[in-house]
Amino acid sequence: MTVMLRTRALSKSFTLHLRGGLLMPVLADIDLEVHAGECVVLSGPSGAGKSTLIRSLYGNYRAEGGSILVRHDATMVDIAAADPRTILAVRHKTLGYVSQFLRVVPRVSALDVVAEVLLTRNIDLDTARDKARSLLLQLNIPSRLHPIPPATFSGGEQQRVNLARGFIAGHPILLLDEPTASLDAENRAVVIRMVQQAKASGTAIVAICHDADVRDAIADRLFTMSPYQDAA
Amino acid sequence: MTEPTLLSGRGLGLSFGGITALADVDVDLWPGEMLAIVGESGSGKTTLLNVLSGRLTPDTGVVWYRDPNGQLHDVHAMPAPALRTLHRSDWGFVHQDPRQNLRMTVSAGGNVGERLMAQGARHYGDIRAAALDWLAQVEIDADRIDDLPRTFSGGMLQRLQIARTLVTHPRLVFMDEPTGGLDVSVQARLLDLIRSLVTRLQIAVVLVTHDIAVARLLAHRIAVMQRGRIVETGLTDQVLDDPRHPYTQLLVSSVLNA
Ligand SMILES: Nc1ncnc2c1ncn2[C@@H]1O[C@H](COP(=O)(O)OP(=O)(O)O)[C@@H](O)[C@H]1O
Ligand SMILES: Nc1ncnc2c1ncn2[C@@H]1O[C@H](COP(=O)(O)OP(=O)(O)O)[C@@H](O)[C@H]1O
Ligand SMILES: [Mg+2]
Ligand SMILES: [Mg+2]
Repeated sequence: MTVMLRTRALSKSFTLHLRGGLLMPVLADIDLEVHAGECVVLSGPSGAGKSTLIRSLYGNYRAEGGSILVRHDATMVDIAAADPRTILAVRHKTLGYVSQFLRVVPRVSALDVVAEVLLTRNIDLDTARDKARSLLLQLNIPSRLHPIPPATFSGGEQQRVNLARGFIAGHPILLLDEPTASLDAENRAVVIRMVQQAKASGTAIVAICHDADVRDAIADRLFTMSPYQDAA
Repeated sequence: MTEPTLLSGRGLGLSFGGITALADVDVDLWPGEMLAIVGESGSGKTTLLNVLSGRLTPDTGVVWYRDPNGQLHDVHAMPAPALRTLHRSDWGFVHQDPRQNLRMTVSAGGNVGERLMAQGARHYGDIRAAALDWLAQVEIDADRIDDLPRTFSGGMLQRLQIARTLVTHPRLVFMDEPTGGLDVSVQARLLDLIRSLVTRLQIAVVLVTHDIAVARLLAHRIAVMQRGRIVETGLTDQVLDDPRHPYTQLLVSSVLNA
């Protein structure tokens, strides 16, 4: 099976300069490997560093030690060492991320928030919007909401817009941070189906999710994390 | 990624009397990229922008610009007429105060058309059509084309300045606090416009702002300035979500929803 993502001895700590330079180690010696078509769910108590790991994989947090190899085109790129423009290129084509909360952009409609990734790939506007529309409908966001900027949407609606945005481009690697946290059972089932479809088409997925039913439905493997102090 | 840079500054330094406005600054900008320079008031952002654009000569260092033919130019060694030509064609400059760029005694359409004429456009019908098109792109009603800018609101003036700047399709635009001094609601519209125009036209931008939310919305990369130095650079979301330098941590922590 093709390795899509592999970390070796990944470590991450924060130095809080506003707290007198307090050093907060969060990740140490993380070896994670994810193959094409596989979903690995990060598990562990709150504060174990699950979101920090996902953000580090995405290049949002800067890893300090170790490597994060990501299969991008025909090569393995080390996100931990890549320059900013390389990271942007990897995100554009290879690495998708659904954050816990949607970051809203003033004046941009829900439809265009979702279509955006396709537009930056020079797909024409109508095609991009059609695809965005069908994904939003699949996630039970009704048409009347599509032209509205999601700033005023409920938490669950924003989360579904965020999911549509994350799934639209078919990135070969997807990182999902609590994608079903504020969804009802019906919409959780939609997300489960979307994850299963992505896996079937070869997408490698790293997810955080607390719902046992969702976890059982999507996880091929658990990757257990414990808060740094316990690990020591 | 070995694509050559569009603009590079190396070892830039400049003092005003005893005040060090810039020290040891290196900057790179690639084609189509938005770089935000952030930092508090007085940190040297405007000075850096002026040095990069050749409007101010640094005490030390050099700024290289690569023209469309791949030829490198030392911006501060260029003859004045060549630099002026560059500013009228390949480059643009958006000031915080649009009055610095606009001609207040010339109509809105004239302000946009003037930049085209400076580039050699002569056909009145074409120039007027281009002006109309650009007014529409910055959401100014066509029936305002013959009005003088002094009848415009602050937000409209700023949009007119952007139309005037972009009409020549520059490859590189310098922006100094383009949304500073505008109401929040007006800012949002302007930011959205800048974002969509710059993305669509693939213009490289050096954007100076003290507003981290503006940098978050627009910029691919960010450089944080403190007392004339760049103390931290990186991808915009890295620097804002995982700030490393004490000054960046302070800057980010003092903003809501940075
Ligand atoms: N940007 C940050 N700056 C400082 N500390 C952070 C930052 N992000 C996360 N942390 C800290 O890292 C630890 C792990 O957090 P997180 O990764 O969110 O855990 P989880 O997702 O497992 O609940 C927490 O103590 C948290 O406060
Ligand atoms: N023409 C000038 N003469 C004297 N001092 C100046 C001049 N321009 C800027 N300065 C000083 O240089 C420093 C940086 O200014 P500036 O680049 O305008 O900062 P910013 O744009 O970040 O607010 C400040 O201390 C400012 O007072
Ligand atoms: Mg978390
Ligand atoms: Mg300034």
